[in-house]
Amino acid sequence: MIHLKDINKTYQGAQPLHVLKGISLDIEKGEFVSIMGASGSGKSTLLNILGILDNYDSGSYELAGTPIWNLSERKAAEYRNKMIGFIFQSFNLISFKTAVENVELPLFYQGVSRKKRHQMAMEYLDKLGLADWAEHYPNELSGGQKQRVAIARALITRPQIILADEPTGALDSKTSVEVMQLLKKLNQEDGMTIVVVTHESGVANETNKIVHIKDGVIGQIEENLDHNASPFGSSGLMK
Amino acid sequence: MHDIITEIWQTARRNKLRTTLTGFAVAWGIFMIIVLLGAGNGLINATMKMNGDFLTNSMEVDGGWTSMPYKGLKEGRDIQLNVKDLEATRTEFTENIDEVGANYFTSGTASYGENYMNIRIAGVHPVHTKIVKEHMLCGRFINDIDLKERRKVIVLGDNQAKELEPKDYKTLLGKYIKVGDISFKVVGIYKSRGEGNGRAYSSYTAIKSIYGADTPSLGSIEFTFKGLTSEDANEAFEKDYRRRLNGMHQIHPEDDRGIWIWNNYAQSQQMEKGIDIIHTFLWVIGLFTLLSGIVGVSNIMLITVKERTHEFGIRKAIGAKPWSILRLIIVESVIITTLFGYVGMLCGVLANEYMDATLGHEVTDLGVEKLTLFVNPTVGLDVCIEATLVMVIAGTIAGLIPAYKASRIRPIEALRAD
Repeated sequence: MIHLKDINKTYQGAQPLHVLKGISLDIEKGEFVSIMGASGSGKSTLLNILGILDNYDSGSYELAGTPIWNLSERKAAEYRNKMIGFIFQSFNLISFKTAVENVELPLFYQGVSRKKRHQMAMEYLDKLGLADWAEHYPNELSGGQKQRVAIARALITRPQIILADEPTGALDSKTSVEVMQLLKKLNQEDGMTIVVVTHESGVANETNKIVHIKDGVIGQIEENLDHNASPFGSSGLMK
Repeated sequence: MHDIITEIWQTARRNKLRTTLTGFAVAWGIFMIIVLLGAGNGLINATMKMNGDFLTNSMEVDGGWTSMPYKGLKEGRDIQLNVKDLEATRTEFTENIDEVGANYFTSGTASYGENYMNIRIAGVHPVHTKIVKEHMLCGRFINDIDLKERRKVIVLGDNQAKELEPKDYKTLLGKYIKVGDISFKVVGIYKSRGEGNGRAYSSYTAIKSIYGADTPSLGSIEFTFKGLTSEDANEAFEKDYRRRLNGMHQIHPEDDRGIWIWNNYAQSQQMEKGIDIIHTFLWVIGLFTLLSGIVGVSNIMLITVKERTHEFGIRKAIGAKPWSILRLIIVESVIITTLFGYVGMLCGVLANEYMDATLGHEVTDLGVEKLTLFVNPTVGLDVCIEATLVMVIAGTIAGLIPAYKASRIRPIEALRAD
């Protein structure tokens, strides 16, 4: 699904910052992977490159068989829309749109008819237990609800991959657990490929594969099939 | 389209202050330009109306005083026009001169029953009413038969008629009034221009034979002309004509005081120039007003785009192409400016109508003359729509630059913005 080979990224500036130093990583379809690292380790940059939100300087990146290199904004927008679902730390819902309108938005950019996309959005909200909140604005929702709306928005285009950037970063521990359970369920039941970026080991522990990144290089990739092995994982306590 | 409208409605509702400010800037600009042009038009219309009663293709000629010595004759000679001048006018310039008439003035005491007043009578040819349009209230103006038969007929101004028959002045029509000892039949009553008692008209032949039989003076000449389409041709003709008349009276060919020529064409040319200047002036002010509206719009567009960068980042992350962002901003700006432009236009038109209903009918009495300051102070719908269009287009162009920038910004940077 994702093939990264020798990805390099340098932020130009007064003092050029070499953020990613030759990242090679393969993620297969149906995997539930977390990328862990301290702040400044380059994990967010990596996620942005995976999400075609940012460019890389050298190397190669293939997403679902499509080489991602030097795309026009138009093409990039199209790929993001069709192949990738984003979940952000700060939810990034549009404040003046209701929950259901937020969920509809990706379909709007696909040119789906109003009726159809409304129906689909309601379906997804229902799936996430938010049908009653469909007409509420983001500022009338709790953090957990907002993140679930964001997840519905990420899912509605049936993307190849879900990219979550600190999805629990702005949530309390109880809702964090709920959100992680939700992602886990999506992975197990729908076979969705999910990549989570986090610095919380408790969150990472919920995933099946943990990629440790440090100073722009991948340190260690550990299989994590027994979620209760780590003390963070016991009884779902993450924080 | 429905989706875009919904989007715009949502953003407008969420940003009431911003929308109101944009709207105000646009509406105010349009409102001001329409009111300004309306008032200007009112002023121009009033001037035109006042001068519209004078035929532009006409000249009035009278004797004056020479200002140059010539052929042993001193300056300061009193010149009076005579029959030869009339003949020359009639026969020698047929290419340009159309209809010729003469005026002879006299005054006397007019009486009707117990009422009497001093009255000034102009003996005229029928052509006079073509040169100075008199609006008949009843009856007719002097005609050819009056002239031919030296009929003692009189056309009164309504001011005079009211003085002579205060009860119902129109009953004077067909009655005889006395001027001195001579009876004149009232054949028509015209609308006075409000200047004092004005004058009455009679046939030139009657007045001249009664009051001016013993003098060679003919009074004044007036004529309409044709074929003088340019200002230069008009000037050349006036010069030729003056030279001819000067020759007959032994006036220096270059002396332009001996014969007095009132050239309505040149007058109207000057007036038109003046009106043009007012017009241009109004447009310049109007456009500057519009400009301030445009600056307001673009300023607010700039802020809008800045404020919404984060939102655009979200949209781009979930698949908005640059073009859809650009379109969103532009359509929003166009719809908001059009809507408020329309409101401003409506208010401007209403204000003009109000001005028309109040100032438009207000007559300033200057004592000697009644003056209407504003006549029909309105603007054509085409101008209103043009102004609104200019506003919309300029506002859009002004919004285009920040919108384009916003559409090009990388989503990662946009998402970072707050």
